Amino acid sequence: MALLDSIPYVELVEGSRPWPRARVSDEGWGRAIDLLADGRLTLLGLWADMPDVHMALLDQHDDVAVLSFHAEDGKYPSVAARHPPAGRLERAIRDLFGLEAEGAPDARPWLELGFWDVRQPLGPRQPAQEPPPYEFLPVEGDGLHQIPVGPVHAGIIEPGHFRFTANGEHIVRLEQRLGYVHKGIESLMAGAALERGAKLAGRTSGDSTVAYAYAFAQAAEAALQRSPPPRAVYLRALMAELERLANHFGDIGAICNDASFALMHAQCGILRERTLRAAAALFGHRLMMDVIVPGGVTRDIAADDAATIHALIAEVRKVFPELVELYDSTASLQDRTVTTGIVRTDYARQFGAGGYVGRASGRDFDARRDLGYAPYRDLAFDVPVLEAGDVNARVWIRIREVEQSLFLIEQILERLPDGQTLTPIDADGRSGEGIGFAEAFRGDVLVWLRLDGNGRIARCHLRDASWFQWPLLEVAIENNIVADFPLCNKSFNCSYSGHDL
Amino acid sequence: MRRTLLESLSHGPLTEAPPQRDEAALSELAESFKRTARAKLGRSLSIRQVDAGSCNGCELEIHALNNAFYDLERFGLRFVASPRHADVLLVTGPVTKNMRQALLRTYNATPDPKWVVAVGTCAIDGGIFAGSYAVAGGVKDVIPVDLHIRGCPPSPTDLLKGLRALLENANRRGYDG
Repeated sequence: MALLDSIPYVELVEGSRPWPRARVSDEGWGRAIDLLADGRLTLLGLWADMPDVHMALLDQHDDVAVLSFHAEDGKYPSVAARHPPAGRLERAIRDLFGLEAEGAPDARPWLELGFWDVRQPLGPRQPAQEPPPYEFLPVEGDGLHQIPVGPVHAGIIEPGHFRFTANGEHIVRLEQRLGYVHKGIESLMAGAALERGAKLAGRTSGDSTVAYAYAFAQAAEAALQRSPPPRAVYLRALMAELERLANHFGDIGAICNDASFALMHAQCGILRERTLRAAAALFGHRLMMDVIVPGGVTRDIAADDAATIHALIAEVRKVFPELVELYDSTASLQDRTVTTGIVRTDYARQFGAGGYVGRASGRDFDARRDLGYAPYRDLAFDVPVLEAGDVNARVWIRIREVEQSLFLIEQILERLPDGQTLTPIDADGRSGEGIGFAEAFRGDVLVWLRLDGNGRIARCHLRDASWFQWPLLEVAIENNIVADFPLCNKSFNCSYSGHDL
Repeated sequence: MRRTLLESLSHGPLTEAPPQRDEAALSELAESFKRTARAKLGRSLSIRQVDAGSCNGCELEIHALNNAFYDLERFGLRFVASPRHADVLLVTGPVTKNMRQALLRTYNATPDPKWVVAVGTCAIDGGIFAGSYAVAGGVKDVIPVDLHIRGCPPSPTDLLKGLRALLENANRRGYDG
């Protein structure tokens, strides 16, 4: 049964690929909210494209569909009223487009912090006005104190504001305020050619530049009904797995470092550096920016490049198991990570948390396997899942994924097809819309793209996995001590830039 | 753990020979430094990194400066947690309108003498994000900049070249105020 069989819709929108988009009235929109609130559907995204609001959904059989509600008079029924994961998305839609979610539980702005010259920049574009002061949620009780942190943090970290309310050492509430690195990427996308769009997508969250370019290229290729050459498909996956390895090494080391265990940090830093150097040797850029483009990839690898990768894999297989053993047998480190910052499995499911945040809390989802994009449907790999939901579980998911990525890279090199790596796409005069997913190291990236009939981007929405992870960090930190916040935060490693856009 | 430590000792250091100083950076600095800082600062500079809107790519490469291969601290350069402790602000990103005030406050909280290094293509003029309603521009549009290190993102070697030039210049030319 397809997802849309359970939702009454008015009509299917022509040209939406590879998944359908349907126009719905109050009835269909309400039915979708029922199913979200019942846990039978997962919210993948909520965004606007004037004058419509779009909702991307995932069902239990991994079918995907987008629903569109015509926001007449600038209003649409709030999803967050009954399904909290939509809350921040609705607040962002109001800030950017001026569309109101009727019945929404939180009327405060989200991305707009009062510094823009224009209000609702993607909608009616009203002149800016002095905003009322932002009200943090009220806290009451004896002996509580607040610790405001950021936007400028103490380390080499992205900016954001955290408002802790603590009772002694124990955190009773964390409230996040984000939006500081909002760059207006979606406004820059409008009217851009695909080439520029790919570059912008690749700079949405630099640590996931490959995943974003991958998802963007898949969305563009779906919209234009073009397939990249088989060799390009495999090279994309090779880059995606190298990116995952580099980030997981960095994260495992950094989490241990936040528990003051510098040895792991130093050793994992070496593995990360070796991975980036291999990436630079093969693809000419340490982070592999701008290599994936709609139509394929811009660089091919040479025959002897495989040896570089095999040497990297051999080094990782030699060093990494010892580091894992060190992690697992150091009691002082385990004391910090085990039972710290627990994300409950029901929250992970409700929020559709992707990546290691979801998989450490029982949510068995990986876009590579469950949405089956090329070439992963032809590759064998396991998706590790744990239930404990603590910092330790999020470390272990990363450890297991490092091992799986090594297997994947070996398969990719073994099967790497010959031939072209790029079929240039001529988008002139073309319309259509596409949805692309890629499993970034921190979770699934969604890119939705609509072309304007002249082959340019009319609207592009990029949804980072962080949207559904940041709120869970607020919950996970409750009743933990203030000193464990950096540890918990690093174990999530949400993207600020990917979220703020 | 003991075995890992012993193995680290036996294979010798991974730390590589320092790269050459960036001559272009040196000449840019020659314009901006009129005084010598050596008497005040010795051969060391404390760096406070500020992300004013970057995609986080630059942060990844700045992080890498601390790994065993680049070992930033051997040059007397180190990252500090507060602008109050800093001689250098290392600023990345196009400056977003939402970060403009925070960047200014951080600059004002940094004691004199201080230098500002703008890192990455976006930090020059906003880069690919220039023209957005949400972007104030490059770093120099908000605070005075002494040195630009280009790249998207600049590699750790590029960063080292620029920072070594900064250190050399701060030591050579100086401070007399």
